[in-house]
Order: sequence, then structure tokens, then C-alpha cells
Amino acid sequence: MSEKKKDELLHDHNYDGVDRRGFLKCMAWAGTGAFCVIKGGVLNSYSLSRVSEISAADMMGELSFVQISDSHMGFNKPANPDVAGTLKAAVDKINALSSAPEFMLHTGDISHLSKPEEFDTVDQILKSATPKDVFYVPGEHDVLNDDGKQFLERYGKGSKGAGWYSFEKKGVHFIGLVNVMNLKAGGLGTLGHDQLEWLEDDVKHLKHSTPIVVFGHIPLWSVYPEWGWGTDDSAQALAYLKKFGSVTVLNGHIHQTMQKVEGNVTFHTAASTAFPQPAPGKADSPGPMKVPAEQLKSVLGITDVNYVQGKHALAVVDSSLA
Amino acid sequence: MRRSVSIAGLAAALVLGTLGFGAGQESYVASAQEKMSTMEVKIDNFSFGPVTLTVPVGTTVTWINRDDIPHTVVSTDDSKTFKSKVLDTDEKFSFTFSKAGTYPYFCSIHPKMTGKVIVQ
Repeated sequence: MSEKKKDELLHDHNYDGVDRRGFLKCMAWAGTGAFCVIKGGVLNSYSLSRVSEISAADMMGELSFVQISDSHMGFNKPANPDVAGTLKAAVDKINALSSAPEFMLHTGDISHLSKPEEFDTVDQILKSATPKDVFYVPGEHDVLNDDGKQFLERYGKGSKGAGWYSFEKKGVHFIGLVNVMNLKAGGLGTLGHDQLEWLEDDVKHLKHSTPIVVFGHIPLWSVYPEWGWGTDDSAQALAYLKKFGSVTVLNGHIHQTMQKVEGNVTFHTAASTAFPQPAPGKADSPGPMKVPAEQLKSVLGITDVNYVQGKHALAVVDSSLA
Repeated sequence: MRRSVSIAGLAAALVLGTLGFGAGQESYVASAQEKMSTMEVKIDNFSFGPVTLTVPVGTTVTWINRDDIPHTVVSTDDSKTFKSKVLDTDEKFSFTFSKAGTYPYFCSIHPKMTGKVIVQ
């Protein structure tokens, strides 16, 4: 399939003994439900259906969290007239993970039309997820009528500017970025000068060995500029992160999983919990992709991330809702 | 008696009709102009159609969203001439162009979508 392509993207600058080739091969299986953990520098992969047979010690890294994205609460057209139902299915999937995630990241497009009742519904559904803490960044659908004021009121406490912020968990430094404000005609996502300055300052004093996780809505690498799938000033942001041994970038927006490894940086996009979108260039436009009802859950999903102290790469695993 | 009346009536009608036709011709043109003074831009498949629309001064342009995703219509000129609210499927936005000029615009949610109205 695309395994060869993934192998070509390999760079092993870390010399940390991590079997990246195997890791990426595992990622290619992830869509069918593989669970990979890097422990002691060795990659172990398990089929999700056998996950209950694995011992907790083998399963657990030291930090475990889940990324969900693009819930688009309020969308009600083909291929999914019930985005609340599929979000609930995603929560069920999260609650069934045997290694309970500590918290969740939502990489934006929480709502479809920035309506208060849409945000309320998502909040309500996520209350039944085991991980109680959720960290949000906005998608372009969340900042529609009020320059993002409502988003900030609901989810932006302690954040700067349009809602960027950082926090630490078990020695891993998380950075939430906003690249959906002040979009220019003909352009891609944009971070803007103020946010870039803040980012430079935020990471300035961190040790190079600190694992970094950056999360933001629009991909921070050029997935497909023709459809606006990229961020015009992300190179500057990545330059500030160059010194770190492990950087994981988690994005949403494109409603399909995609992964790219470049040096110490692993880029990863999550599936949506609402509707899929076509692969780059495979349709006239990036709108909702219609699939037969029985296939819908197999093209929606969640992403489970595990980190083991001392090992550089985070294990990032996608699983579909089917 | 009736026949002559009816002939007279017919003649009168013809005369009136001719006069009316003359006047009617003007009003026909006027109503054609009225018809032309509303133009439509269809939004579908993440694009504006037509991308460039040329209209006479005084035209009202109506954008209608036929896509299954919401879009906006926001002008990108210095004076930010027009800005629609978010348009969900089948929702419309209208703007009357009273001044000649070129008015580029885009969808603020999907900035790759651009269009232009030229008012002459």
C-alpha cells in the first residue's frame, strides 16, 4: 500500500535505538486497529481485538492521552445525519481503552456553525468520557461570527491571544496553537506574528530532551495547499522547535489520518468523529465525502497516544469507530 | 349595432394597443433591465460560480449556497465593503453595488475560495 512511501520518509537522527521502520510499518496497520507501544526502545504491536489479553504493564507507557477532532456538532447531512451519535461512539471507544487516557485533546471544529447549543451538546457528550480533562484548540467552524469570543469564553481560560497556551504533563510539554484566525484570501492557515513570538519565548528555556507535543487545527505541514490544507507560517514555528529531540504535531481539519516524519518531528492528523473527507486531489473539493451508511464508522476515529519516559518517539495509534 | 361597436372597439383597441405597445415597449425594456439588475452567484463545491461577475452599477448580486458546507462572502478591499453572516446550505446573501469598481471577495472560512465582482 503506502508502506513504501512511509519507509522513504524515514530519518533516524536520534540514534536512540527506536525501530522507526517497524514503528511506521505499524502505523500503516493502525487503520485496521493495531496498538503499538514503544517500551524500552523496542516496538511492540498488538491487534486491538487482542488488547484485553495484554498485561497492563506491557500496555502502559507513562503518559497516555487521546486526540479527537472535527466533531462538527450541528452538521446533519449525508454521509452522517447523526454526528452526536458518532461522537458518543467515539467516547465509548475511548472508555474501552484498557489503558485509561489521562486527558483528551480536541483539535477543533468542535461545532459546525459556532452555535452555543452545538458547543453545549459536545460538552455534554464528553462528560461521559473517562478522561475528565479536555484541552481544546479552535477550528475555523468554531470562530464564525464573533472573532472567536465565544470559543475563548468556553475553552480559552488561561490562554493568550486567540487561544494559544502550553502546559506540562509528566515532563512532556504540550503546546496548543491557533491557526484559524485572520485567514487571508487565497491563503492557508496562519499562526501570526504574536503567536510565533509567544511560542519562541515559551520553549526558549526548555531542555532539548523535553518531548514536545504541538496541537492545532489545520495541519502544520503542507498536506495539500490547493485545498488550503497547510499553514503559511508554520516553518517559523517549527524552526523554534528544531532543537528538541522529539516533537509530535497533532492536527485535524482534513478528516482523515495522515502521517509524516521529518527528522525529529512526527506530524499526524486525526480522523473526524463526524464525516470523512476525500484524499488530496481525489475529488473536486474537500467537502464531506459520502460513504454507504454501513461504512461510516470505519472512516471515523480517535487517536490514542502513549509516551514512555526516556524514549523519544511517542506511540501514536489511530483506531476507527467500527 | 353591436358589430360596429365591436369593430370600433377593435379599432380603439388597436390604436390603444399601438400606443400602449409604444409605451409598453419602454416598460418592457425597463422590466428587462429590472430582471438584469439582480444577478446570482452560486456557491458550490468550495467555489463561487461564476468566479468573476461583471455587472452594471445598481445591480443587486445574490450569493446562494448550494454546497453541503457553510460558507461566507467577505470582501477583501480596503473598505471591507460587504460581509455576509455564515451561510448554511440554501441560505442567501445579497448586496447592491451602487458604485463602479472591482470588488474582490473570499470565503473567510475557506480562504482558498475567491471571487470578484466588477461593477461598470
